[in-house]
Amino acid sequence: MPISPASPDVSSTSSLSLSVEQRLGNFQLQASLTLPASGVTGIFGISGSGKTSLLRIIAGLDTPDVGKLQLGDQVLLDTQQRQNVPAHQRRIGVVFQEARLFPHYRVRGNLTYGMPERAAHRFDEIVELLGIGHLLARIPGTLSGGEARRVAIGRALLSDPQLLLMDEPLSGLDGPRKQELLRFIARLTRQVQIPVIYVSHDPEEISAIADHLVLMKEGRVIASDPLHDLLQRFDLTEELGGFDAASIIEGRVVEHDDVYQLTNLALDKCHQLIIPGISAPIGSRLRVRIFARDIALALSPTKDTSYRNQLAATIEKMETLPTSPHSVELLLSLGSIHLRSRLTRKSSDEMELAVGKQVTALVRSVSILHY
Amino acid sequence: MTLSPAEWEAIRLSLLIGLAAVAWILPPGIAVAWWLARYHFRGKAFVNGLIHLPLVLPPVVVGYLLLIGLGRQGVFGQWLYSNLGVSLPFTWQGAAVASGVMAFPLLVRALRLSIEAVDPKLEAAASTLGASRWRVFTTITLPLAIPGLLTGTVLAFARALSEFGATITFASNIPGETRTLPLALYTLIQTPGQEAAAARLCFLAIIIALLSLIASEWLARRTQQRLQERDAY
Repeated sequence: MPISPASPDVSSTSSLSLSVEQRLGNFQLQASLTLPASGVTGIFGISGSGKTSLLRIIAGLDTPDVGKLQLGDQVLLDTQQRQNVPAHQRRIGVVFQEARLFPHYRVRGNLTYGMPERAAHRFDEIVELLGIGHLLARIPGTLSGGEARRVAIGRALLSDPQLLLMDEPLSGLDGPRKQELLRFIARLTRQVQIPVIYVSHDPEEISAIADHLVLMKEGRVIASDPLHDLLQRFDLTEELGGFDAASIIEGRVVEHDDVYQLTNLALDKCHQLIIPGISAPIGSRLRVRIFARDIALALSPTKDTSYRNQLAATIEKMETLPTSPHSVELLLSLGSIHLRSRLTRKSSDEMELAVGKQVTALVRSVSILHY
Repeated sequence: MTLSPAEWEAIRLSLLIGLAAVAWILPPGIAVAWWLARYHFRGKAFVNGLIHLPLVLPPVVVGYLLLIGLGRQGVFGQWLYSNLGVSLPFTWQGAAVASGVMAFPLLVRALRLSIEAVDPKLEAAASTLGASRWRVFTTITLPLAIPGLLTGTVLAFARALSEFGATITFASNIPGETRTLPLALYTLIQTPGQEAAAARLCFLAIIIALLSLIASEWLARRTQQRLQERDAY
């Protein structure tokens, strides 16, 4: 069941627009943005790019030197009009880098700390969704890192926010735990009908979660577009992971192969992808991520190969980036779907690849990540 | 050993004045400690110095200053008397004011250190959960600073019990009104042939001090436990 804000008076379909300037020592933050009213917006950039500063301003924990901040038709901040709604009246939930649970309250006390009467009926539902029912009587000091994060997420959700901010909620978690919580948050953000702003410096987290992406560098916004569009831009390859540049595709589970533990994913009417078996029910939607370096090309479908996925595609764009002169970045189109591929320049020349040419994209099933 | 009426009187007055002193300095003490711990402002060092002055000044000077300020002819004293009919010098309330002023820096110091140790990130988290500044203070800052609050209160109470110089200067040494244990002891020492009675009072003072230390230790441990077992609301 989707979770939406408990009070209908504040519309959840209100977009956030901001324009702020703040100087902190040598660092200057200067950002103007309008973010979509729904879904997950990723704010992405290396450490020190101003992501967290921006988040703190949105939450009301910092006040910029100059700026305006508006959520729907509510003005939260206008330095010119000397207007500044304090953090506790903004109804903006924050999940911080550290869980920041209150050590003198039990888990239940932490969860209900910011819970207004109107959200009380959702307590059981959110506790179940987060799988923290067995932790309610525990003291925060006894929780593992992953458990504490989930409690922190629950606490923020139960405060009935009209916007949820997440500041690198996975930082400091190790491999498997991080993967587990990442999948969980990805699922959660699709279920929760509250707009989410998710800050991270990890391309994988952003790819798994974001619908819209804001790219920050040295205190400035260098791009703000739907994730799919940005991932296809060759000029942003370095910023978006470089070697790990990847494509994101959404698909629907259509079939499970129980013998070989594989799952068939329908990308659209005529394209399917075989990925490692997952337990999601038939019909459920999920997002997969394929690294550009994991897609090989052939000039025609081939039989003598281990590649499970062979997709007919057209080369839409190709370019050699100055940062890696040995390779060629390609954008393949499969109808409405786009995939990025990276080959050595030598292969590309020998195959006489060119824009408009029909090729077969080869994708190893085992290389596909799903969320 | 049975206590004489005069000894009972001294103990009763000491406890009364000590408790009254702590009671009146707690609210401003908490406010000032929080202000000093959480805010940076111009002249903070000066304010800090002013608050700590009673620790380093001769208590007689503090008593004299109180007399000037709060005496019947004093700046505030005159106002208090003509508007509220309150006269502080030579009363047990005056003694509570004097020992409170002397104990104030000890309370503020302990509490301020404890509040500074509370992670401001927790306070920020509480405010994003919709808690007003007052609620953040009462549900997060103060509960987490309870150890410092207890230490400060006990220190202040002990200081108020043992206060002598400011009290005798401002409130005088009136039997049954302002003659607390230290003042009674002083009176006995001044009287020839009362050495045994002085020794008894001295012994009593030690007992009271020990009891209050043990009580505070017990209270601190209990609060720590309660704090960890507490739920919201």
